[in-house]
Amino acid sequence: MNDPQDTVGPPGSRTVALSARGLSKEFRGFRAVKDVDLDVVEGEVHALVGPNGAGKTTLFNLLTGYLKPTSGTITVHGKDITGKEPEQIAHEGVARSFQITSLFDNLTPREHLELALQGMAGGGMRFWRSDSLLRRHRGRADELLEHVGLAGLAERPAGELAYGQKRALEMALVLALDPQVMLLDEPTAGMGREDVDRTIELVRQVAAGRTVVFVDHNMHVVGSLADHVTVLMSGEVLARGTYEQVRNDERVVAAYLGEDTHA
Amino acid sequence: MSTTTETDSPGTAPAPAGGGPALLGRTRGRWLLLAAGLVLALVLPWVIYPPVAMDIAAWALFAVALDLLLGYAGLLSFGHAAFWGGSAYVAGLTALHWGLPFPLAALAGAGFAMLLAWPIGVLSVRRSGIYFAMVTLAFAQMLYFIVNQWRGLTGGENGLQGVPVHFFGLEAVETDAFFFYYAALPLILLGMWFAWRVVHSPFGRVLVATRDNPARARALGYDVERYRILVFVISAGLAGLAGGVFAISHGFVSLQEVAWQTSGKVVLLTVLGGIGTLWGGIVGAIVIVILEDQLASSGFEGIGIITGSVFIAVVLLFRRGIWGTVSDALARRRGERPAAEAVSAADGEEGL
Ligand SMILES: Nc1ncnc2c1ncn2[C@@H]1O[C@H](COP(=O)(O)OP(=O)(O)O)[C@@H](O)[C@H]1O
Ligand SMILES: [Mg+2]
Repeated sequence: MNDPQDTVGPPGSRTVALSARGLSKEFRGFRAVKDVDLDVVEGEVHALVGPNGAGKTTLFNLLTGYLKPTSGTITVHGKDITGKEPEQIAHEGVARSFQITSLFDNLTPREHLELALQGMAGGGMRFWRSDSLLRRHRGRADELLEHVGLAGLAERPAGELAYGQKRALEMALVLALDPQVMLLDEPTAGMGREDVDRTIELVRQVAAGRTVVFVDHNMHVVGSLADHVTVLMSGEVLARGTYEQVRNDERVVAAYLGEDTHA
Repeated sequence: MSTTTETDSPGTAPAPAGGGPALLGRTRGRWLLLAAGLVLALVLPWVIYPPVAMDIAAWALFAVALDLLLGYAGLLSFGHAAFWGGSAYVAGLTALHWGLPFPLAALAGAGFAMLLAWPIGVLSVRRSGIYFAMVTLAFAQMLYFIVNQWRGLTGGENGLQGVPVHFFGLEAVETDAFFFYYAALPLILLGMWFAWRVVHSPFGRVLVATRDNPARARALGYDVERYRILVFVISAGLAGLAGGVFAISHGFVSLQEVAWQTSGKVVLLTVLGGIGTLWGGIVGAIVIVILEDQLASSGFEGIGIITGSVFIAVVLLFRRGIWGTVSDALARRRGERPAAEAVSAADGEEGL
């Protein structure tokens, strides 16, 4: 059930940043992702939508090495990364956020970012040096905290932050890796209107010069940010195109938007 | 990591660099503690029978080595006797056959332990929690089997007898346990300092991150397995240093040193003292070695029952061990938030 790519526009006219071909994942006989083709054009913001259980997070886990595909290939800027480990993929310039906030509860936001910046810069294996070396990343860490609105909370353990602040830190961690491709899994999940709008603004800012793929259930977010939308349903690509195209697609209306009250 | 998360003591992870206004007071507290520890180490053979003092020091370093792995990387090894005991044999054999001065013999043992730990680490860090414990136990049992079979070299069940102390011809050290203690103490303290250095290094920071949330650590570009292998090797080296000194101080190497009971005992000491603090292992060693010595000299047979009961009581009543419980109580009296109340981070390997 592979729709032709031509709804997206002529392929090859722009560089493809992230691409999947025939990607499938089976969990003990249950196929969570089925033969998915995906092309994310460099510089675009691409939304991945679909009902709960459609396989969006599983697809992210495949793209970032947290799960190994049963079949299919993944390339980043033409380079095959199929089967690579998450940390290797992070070093290929692909960073992700987690749907369920995944932080170090005992570390402060500043320590999170110092750790993330060191992760990219290297030097984490130095067991013979003082950990004050991490302070060299402090300037950049504080800039990032400022950027996501956590400047005043730099020294509070992450476990004590409010939900919205944790989501902001999650975002800052992705930004700290200065990735070419960002995968954001439900960046606005559980947020109030104000936080949603701030997140939209933030994603729009950081999307300049990067490629972004995000999952979101909120059609306001999808409509405001996405250049292209891929609709996933029961692990398969149901439709793809611009937001307008997808929103008016009969199958999508019937299968997804019809049963969903957002929009 | 499921076996260790409950007893992990999150707040004792490396203190935030920079810290808050309370920093000065806390730093002074640390120096005082360190000074007290040094004084205790120096007067120990005056107040306790010197061979027992040496046992305490060696077991304390062994426990510190295990804590590096258990408390900071969240990996419970049930096979550390392989490194302590393996080094004990190498130290004993090099002292016996090559006449190596004991510090070099102990260092040779530590080197051997690290060589041994490398392949074992590579093969076992893929697992965590109880599986890691089982795999390390299995490797240690293999070494036990080899040592037991290779009678010509190791003396099998009789152990390696007649290990001499060589120390550059200094007769006092070579013959008197009291002076030997002072000759061996720098090695022990060096090992403990090294563990401290590792904990408070960039590597130590990453290690705690891989313990608390390995999935996120990987997302930040850290190869979690490499960190685990390296800390495993370092831990084995320190355990080996302790085992080498222990063997030489006793003048013989018993098969017991590579037996699973030894792996169990060091886990007991460390958990009893409190993990994730380095100090805890030292406290655990003092308590258990003295307790065992008292029971043994009173002719009591069931030492294992007593130490086992103490262990169970402490683990049930004081989750964070002796050191963790005492430092929490002190923090509470000073009106600070005890570390134990910090919520432990979720293990992110599942549930993305
Ligand atoms: N590790 C796993 N083992 C078994 N089934 C899984 C696993 N991860 C996800 N699934 C299943 O795959 C399907 C897709 O899940 P997921 O990718 O989380 O959906 P989405 O993110 O679109 O809501 C669901 O039916 C889910 O139960
Ligand atoms: Mg999901």
